[in-house]
Amino acid sequence: MAHAPRNRFLVSGIPRYSRSKVYAKKALYKRKKSTISKLETKVETTKTVQIKGNNNGGQRVIPLEKAPRFYPAEDVPLPKKSRKVNNPTKLRATITPGTVLILLTGRFRGKRVVFLKQLKSGLLLVTGPFKVNGVPLRRVNQAYVIATSTKVDIASCSVDKFDDLYFKRENKPKKSNDEQEFFNKDQNQKKEVSENRVADQKEIDKQLLASLKKVPDLLDYLRARFSLSKGQFPHDLVF
Amino acid sequence: MATKKKEEIKGSFKRLVEVGRLVLINSGEDAGKLAVIIEIIDHNRALIDGPTTGVARHAHSFRRLSLTDFLIKGLPRGVTSKVLKKHLEKEDVLAKWKKSTWAKKLEDRKKRSVLTDFDRFKLLKLKKKRRFIVQSEIASLRKAK
Repeated sequence: MAHAPRNRFLVSGIPRYSRSKVYAKKALYKRKKSTISKLETKVETTKTVQIKGNNNGGQRVIPLEKAPRFYPAEDVPLPKKSRKVNNPTKLRATITPGTVLILLTGRFRGKRVVFLKQLKSGLLLVTGPFKVNGVPLRRVNQAYVIATSTKVDIASCSVDKFDDLYFKRENKPKKSNDEQEFFNKDQNQKKEVSENRVADQKEIDKQLLASLKKVPDLLDYLRARFSLSKGQFPHDLVF
Repeated sequence: MATKKKEEIKGSFKRLVEVGRLVLINSGEDAGKLAVIIEIIDHNRALIDGPTTGVARHAHSFRRLSLTDFLIKGLPRGVTSKVLKKHLEKEDVLAKWKKSTWAKKLEDRKKRSVLTDFDRFKLLKLKKKRRFIVQSEIASLRKAK
């Protein structure tokens, strides 16, 4: 069992033992330090160039980047090198492919959706399916989601082609400054969903529905919105 | 006989703190367990014991327990755990407790607390179904009248 801390404060902010004393007392020198050796990659800095002419030795080794012709007269402060690394997002242990999730934000809040896979960016790929509750193939952050213990079999779904690039927005054509066009433009013009997306959605829905139909009440469950009733507290509930 | 029974009711209280009273522990590590009052220590505490319910013999504050309707009649004051166990088994108080509405309510609450989101939804559907059956039956009876 762990004992009480050896160090204590004489007055607030001034500890009884110094940092090195604590180091010795805790026997931290016994601790095994493990480091991962960095992969060494050789970067070419020079190249060999063929030189014409008989008296020029045939070829010469020259640096890839030319040395600057002038040195700055004053020292320019260099920005500090950042050693921070963007670690890949960890998927919550309760979320596995096929888990039914409850969305908490956005226009689909309260909807129950099926989790398909985690993308490289760490976002979750989910779908309603669209045919059941209107939630299309969509990326969501796992922070804004409640994972339920209900799991769906999604072995028959092929989700390999969906990645972050798939969801990238298309560049809009630049707005012209034409006044005529500005006033003539139909304000209520709806954004059309590309045919590709519609086809993909249909395909996924078909694959998912086959397995969803096998479990009684599951389709109704996905159709219904989640909400809390009187006296229900999310921290007390089992999902 | 009937008149004698009436005399036994003391005041307007039906559950009294007395030796042999079955109590339900409200809080602490034994919360939800049953025990029996063995001896009354003072106006705040009693010695309780539950040899068959996993409650160690100890003094317990009245504030942290609830009195139940059940009583082991004729239990002597300050009996040992062994004797208490015999009395408990003879009177079968725990079985009586299990049949009570109070115990059933606690049981239901326990069952409800472990339901998952999907289970809750299925329950909701079944309740709807039951409501429909009952209401339509009532409606048809009303019409017949």
